[in-house]
Amino acid sequence: MTVNETLAQASNAMVYGSMTAFTGAMVAFSVSLAKGRRIETIEVSAQRTSASHQVRKGSTATLDEPSVSTSVSDGVDLGEGRRAGNIGMSLTWLGTLLLGAAIVFRGLSAGRVPIGNMYEFSLAAGFAVSLTYCSMSISRDLRWLGLFISIPVLLDLGLALTVLYTESAQLVPALNSYWLAIHVSAAVVCIGAFTMGAALSGLYLVAQAAEDRVAAGKEPGRSSAFAQRIPSADRLDLMSYRIHAFMFPIWTFAVIAGAIWAEAAWGRYWGWDPKETWAFITWVIYAAYLHARATAGWRGKKAAYVAIAGYATILFNYFVVNIFVQGLHSYSGL
Amino acid sequence: MATMRWLWRQLTSMRIALILLFLLALASIPGSIFPQRGTSPLRVNEFLKDNPTTGPILDRFYMFDVFASPWFASIYLLLFISLTGCVLPRAVDHYKELRSQPPAAPRNLSRLPVHLQWQSNSTAEQVVSETAAAWKKRGWRVRQGDEWLSAEKGYARETGNLLFHLSLLVLLVAVGYGGAVGYRGTVIVREDAGFANNVTQYDTFAPGRLFGADDLPPFSFELKDFEATFQRGGQQNGAPRAFRADVIVKDDPKSQPRPVTIEVNYPLRTSGITVYLVGHGFAPEFTVRDAAGKVVWEDAAVFLPQDSAFTSSGVVKVPDTVPQIGLQGFFLPTVTDDFSMGPKSVFPAADNPEVYLSAWQGDLGLDSGMPQSVYRIDTENMERIGIEELAPGETWNLPNSAGTVEFTGYRQWASFVITKDPGKGWALGAAIASIVGLSLSLLIPRRRAWLRVTASEDEGNLIEVAGLSKTEAPGLADEISQLARLVNAPEEKL
Ligand code: HEM
Repeated sequence: MTVNETLAQASNAMVYGSMTAFTGAMVAFSVSLAKGRRIETIEVSAQRTSASHQVRKGSTATLDEPSVSTSVSDGVDLGEGRRAGNIGMSLTWLGTLLLGAAIVFRGLSAGRVPIGNMYEFSLAAGFAVSLTYCSMSISRDLRWLGLFISIPVLLDLGLALTVLYTESAQLVPALNSYWLAIHVSAAVVCIGAFTMGAALSGLYLVAQAAEDRVAAGKEPGRSSAFAQRIPSADRLDLMSYRIHAFMFPIWTFAVIAGAIWAEAAWGRYWGWDPKETWAFITWVIYAAYLHARATAGWRGKKAAYVAIAGYATILFNYFVVNIFVQGLHSYSGL
Repeated sequence: MATMRWLWRQLTSMRIALILLFLLALASIPGSIFPQRGTSPLRVNEFLKDNPTTGPILDRFYMFDVFASPWFASIYLLLFISLTGCVLPRAVDHYKELRSQPPAAPRNLSRLPVHLQWQSNSTAEQVVSETAAAWKKRGWRVRQGDEWLSAEKGYARETGNLLFHLSLLVLLVAVGYGGAVGYRGTVIVREDAGFANNVTQYDTFAPGRLFGADDLPPFSFELKDFEATFQRGGQQNGAPRAFRADVIVKDDPKSQPRPVTIEVNYPLRTSGITVYLVGHGFAPEFTVRDAAGKVVWEDAAVFLPQDSAFTSSGVVKVPDTVPQIGLQGFFLPTVTDDFSMGPKSVFPAADNPEVYLSAWQGDLGLDSGMPQSVYRIDTENMERIGIEELAPGETWNLPNSAGTVEFTGYRQWASFVITKDPGKGWALGAAIASIVGLSLSLLIPRRRAWLRVTASEDEGNLIEVAGLSKTEAPGLADEISQLARLVNAPEEKL
């Protein structure tokens, strides 16, 4: 089967279109953040002691106040920035849809699943990030987070087009398996969601630092001005935890699916290939994050650093191991 | 004794588990940076040759055998001891909890994070018994008092957690067991040639520690045809697109031969072993005759690919002439006229094949007792008598009237990895159980709900419903509202 060039070129054009939309979204979200602020002023979060069975401020909803459900904007009021935020949100949707269409066209052009080389993985990962964000923003107002989603997506797409670009083509035999769709799409979805988890953990650290300053009676610094525009530290920590807790079993599944595939393709289900090794490291670090959050003295900032370290191992695996380390996963297409 | 207990308590604490997890991640890193003997022994040798000072030091610290090193093993063994010590007591506690009732309702329900109240005319007895039945139906474990109810749900969280940690232990054992009783071998088979499963037929053979040679099931196969297709044109010109090996298998000496196609990703599975197609190449066929015209060598010689266009190199050793003859050279599946880079193929398929040979005469050194590579000639005691380029069907009259070499054609060969790993079914089962356990433990919150009926001064009774979760429970408020609805709470109070 030959490659349909028209469809392949349409796909490329849509990627450029998507990048344009995300660039617009990034600008709009920055404007909106610059104008917005949190409704409440920064205060010290409720004591967190899971031992005393206290439930966190963020996760507690009293029935007298049914509005503490998911429709509230996590305590952030974009104020005059609301319009810019709306524009950013619409552009993000547009960028996401264009990217999704680009991926579909790419697949149609070669008549196969469009996740066969690093260019295609990068498109899929960018799509996973923005789709996670868009779908989570349906039930809650996440405009304050938009900037921190559009930037990684733009970086990812930029790298895909400049460094990782590969012409549309058929697969090498090693990738010709239905496990490609299962294993890689699970991994890509996780990468998307973990990007969001890392962004939230990073924002949590900023918010927590600001809250700590207030608690210590210090002058609010520049980070505090920024922290006023995002939800409270507790809220961010909880959102980050929920994403990680939800994604960890899926990451486990992605690794196991990889092992099952390796058993069929390479004659062993686990062989400490560099890519496997780093997937394992990622897994262990996220497991450590979940344990850290259940361990006194590790909860909070330390746990957030662990989550960010977990994400760093994902990036390392993707960019460094794929491109620079010799192994069996020789599918980068570079 | 006291110190032992202290040590044990430390080892089984979450803090130590956390540190061991970090150590495990850290310890894996060198395994991805340095070449590993288990997967790429040749690159380890190369590394040692290129780094004569640091290499041996790194080797002393097992940097080329990270995942088989004592320090890596000690980390994961400690982790698993810690895990066992942590999980077993929790399993006992959980078992007891599963058989006991939830604790009595607290006095003051209004202090709980989710709390609802309203007035009702029903009697306490009636409310309590009806609610108990309704909540039980929804899967809550209910304990009944005179004027209160305690209910609990989400035991599957802890069950799942225990299942997860336990399945990690099973996984470790399965990996170890499979490695110990299984084996892994590689073999190159030419088209129209066969393979019978016994140790001498393998090119490399790596048995586990507990493997016995009679553990080899007596199957055999013959490679009828190998086919490789490649991308033609475009940026990825020459990239492989499909490999298939058509073989005739006999599962055991008595069974009927059956045709099977082995492809990448689609191995042959028979009697507990698996046969994978992992590589391919060319085997040019030669007929060598001596000066008198007598055939002294006639076969297809396996040549090993050197690049992605399958420029392949190999040798032919003819021991039965005096002096002995050796041929050394390249098989080029697709030649061009441009030899400026030496003999190089430009495409991996045999579109325009040629061999490019040099002939040697002298002593091959086969009788010296030293093991020799079948892909290399020791030319120390030999003399080169000529070089020639041959297309299929062409014959080369060797100089010195040493005889003739006819390049009659070529066959392909395929290489196979053959493995037996009786632990892998267990490993898969444990892996699946671990995902199930994880999902239960991370997604199901353990939560409690209470009902209390208090006689109030004005008419009727005050009914309170309250809920609490020890862990994040996003839907708790809604769930408690549902429970309250079962007690006939007025809608406006929900
Ligand atoms: C190979 C080593 C281990 C791995 C990969 C691992 C992984 C995990 C994961 C993924 C969870 C789910 C997190 C959660 O429920 O929040 C968990 C929970 C838990 N693990 Fe481990 N674990 C390991 C060793 C241990 C050890 C040695 C202990 C005991 C010291 C332990 C105690 C616990 C406890 C108490 C929980 C429940 C925490 C909670 O409810 O959040 N684990 N483990």
